[in-house]
Amino acid sequence: MTVLTVAEHRRGELRDVSLEALTAGRELADEAGVELHTAVVGGDVEAFADRLNREGVETIHTIDESEEFNHDVYVQAVAQLADAVSPQFLLLPNTVNGLDYAPAVASRLDRPLVTDVVDLEYDGELTATRELYGSKVETTIDVHSETPAVTVRPAEWPAATGTGDATVESFDVDIDESAVRSTVTGFEEVSGGDVDISDADVLVSVGRGIEEEENLDMIRDLAEALDATVSASRPIIDNGWLEKNRQVGQSGKVVTPDVYIAIGISGAVQHVAGMKGSDTIVAINSDPNAPIFDIADYGIVDDLFEVVPALIEQFEG
Amino acid sequence: MKILVTVKQVAVVEDEFEIDGLSIDDRYVTDDLNEWDDYAVEAAVQIREAGEDVEVVAVTIGDADTEDTIRQALAKGADRAIRVWDDALAEAGLLDPETKARLLAAVAEEEDPDLVLTGVQSADDGFGATGVTLAEKIGFEWAAVVNALDLDRKAGVAHVHRELEGGVDELTDVSLPAVLTIQTGINEPRYASLRGIRQAQSKELAEYGLSDLGLSAADVESPLEQTALYEPESESDATVFEGSAEETAAELAGVLRERGVGQ
Ligand SMILES: Cc1cc2nc3c(=O)[nH]c(=O)nc-3n(C[C@H](O)[C@H](O)[C@H](O)COP(=O)(O)OP(=O)(O)OC[C@H]3O[C@@H](n4cnc5c(N)ncnc54)[C@H](O)[C@@H]3O)c2cc1C
Repeated sequence: MTVLTVAEHRRGELRDVSLEALTAGRELADEAGVELHTAVVGGDVEAFADRLNREGVETIHTIDESEEFNHDVYVQAVAQLADAVSPQFLLLPNTVNGLDYAPAVASRLDRPLVTDVVDLEYDGELTATRELYGSKVETTIDVHSETPAVTVRPAEWPAATGTGDATVESFDVDIDESAVRSTVTGFEEVSGGDVDISDADVLVSVGRGIEEEENLDMIRDLAEALDATVSASRPIIDNGWLEKNRQVGQSGKVVTPDVYIAIGISGAVQHVAGMKGSDTIVAINSDPNAPIFDIADYGIVDDLFEVVPALIEQFEG
Repeated sequence: MKILVTVKQVAVVEDEFEIDGLSIDDRYVTDDLNEWDDYAVEAAVQIREAGEDVEVVAVTIGDADTEDTIRQALAKGADRAIRVWDDALAEAGLLDPETKARLLAAVAEEEDPDLVLTGVQSADDGFGATGVTLAEKIGFEWAAVVNALDLDRKAGVAHVHRELEGGVDELTDVSLPAVLTIQTGINEPRYASLRGIRQAQSKELAEYGLSDLGLSAADVESPLEQTALYEPESESDATVFEGSAEETAAELAGVLRERGVGQ
């Protein structure tokens, strides 16, 4: 029996989650007493196999099909490989592309799927830990199945290190072209605007707690007083209150300023993905349970409409 | 053309709450239309407003208490709605994506839509997998995390952008019929107008149980069992300032000045 993880790459780069999944997979493989295999589909599979050859990986399956991700190809490739290897556990990345093929693979293989897991344990049965209600609570899920599939949340496990001595095996798949009903025609960089928030030393970042577009003026005033740049969480951008290039997070920019001040931002995982590397994180939020406080260095649990004017006063008064 | 939109009533938990067994005590929970589904409804209604003979059907899985939420979709312009519920579902425990997809697939088979729009994920359980599972079950093509949609009905193709990580969109052509999972920001969801809310009251809201869909209790038995619910140990080592806003702001200002901010 095996744990089989599937790597992810984009535009020639292996993505970090591929190596993190190896760590999660190795832990699970140890608990279940099985081997760890990994697979990579498409692109420069030889080069990717090299990078995936980490300590504890027994076999790397390379599937030389298509340059870039196409879910129709991935579903067929991973399903055929899983049929051949019969892994006990299938571990896929909980990324945008992972969510574009993992559910279809799991359903096709008749494996129950648990997505976005942050912890896994096996003692004869798999227990997955997930978060609910925007990370306010955690839940454990027992999976009553011998052969589950899970998607692992990025950045929850450290990347696998050490050089391994895995066997690299090329796996031939038989792609049914008539079942490929989507075509990736290109990529587009989200651009626009004249500021680059990733250059800023100090970011005053605002979230849904600000309530109204007019209230952004207060945030601009604070940014001016602090000689900082304004950034935001996704809802502010979705509402069209700030330009897209001001969005911090998974689908926005990754920022690492000296100081990041999160105002009325809950700290959803996709937001945190973009700012957790900041030197000093300050959170102003009325909810003491907001997950942003888990990564903050300094916090104020209070109404931002009280605190922000008082803070402006401190620097202007 | 028929568009099926899946909508869900999600639980929004208050700042302070108590856990009662495997759920949050009702007193601390309010209900809302799932944010991502709101954008999906808007996308469907916009397609209807742009073309002729488009029907938008909203479908939800939920007990009688979710009726207000499905009526919100009607108030925003869906033509009619379907609510799926059954006592067997109330007893089934965790409704995982597979179970939900099975129910929605039965509805889709009956409705025979050309396009299904779902939200990327639901705000409460965040599985993010129902749409793609549904596509696989009904043999539709699909695309997940769609933040731009240009439908070419004649050619039977949806030109979509999929929002990847790091500010990159993937441009993809998807053959119809398809399931698209809709990301926030794709449009500006409308507020339900008073007129819309009034009209929603008289629109058709069909209710289906398992047997109406040719399913039985065995079809909603999930291999996933929720075994615990708890507040995660706070990993926080944040210094939290206490006092009035003036006091906390002054303390924070001190810290910021130490770091050379605002000087
Ligand atoms: C595929 C995908 C990609 C995503 N990418 C991103 C991304 O790149 N960036 C991003 O930010 N999000 C992203 N999201 C969305 C993310 O899941 C959250 O929905 C979003 O980050 C929430 O933003 P928020 O914290 O501003 O709002 P909320 O979660 O609504 O939080 C608002 C906060 O404000 C607080 N608050 C309210 N009123 C006050 C007040 N008066 N004073 C003080 N505090 C107050 C509340 O307590 C709450 O904590 C993505 C989601 C998906 C599914």
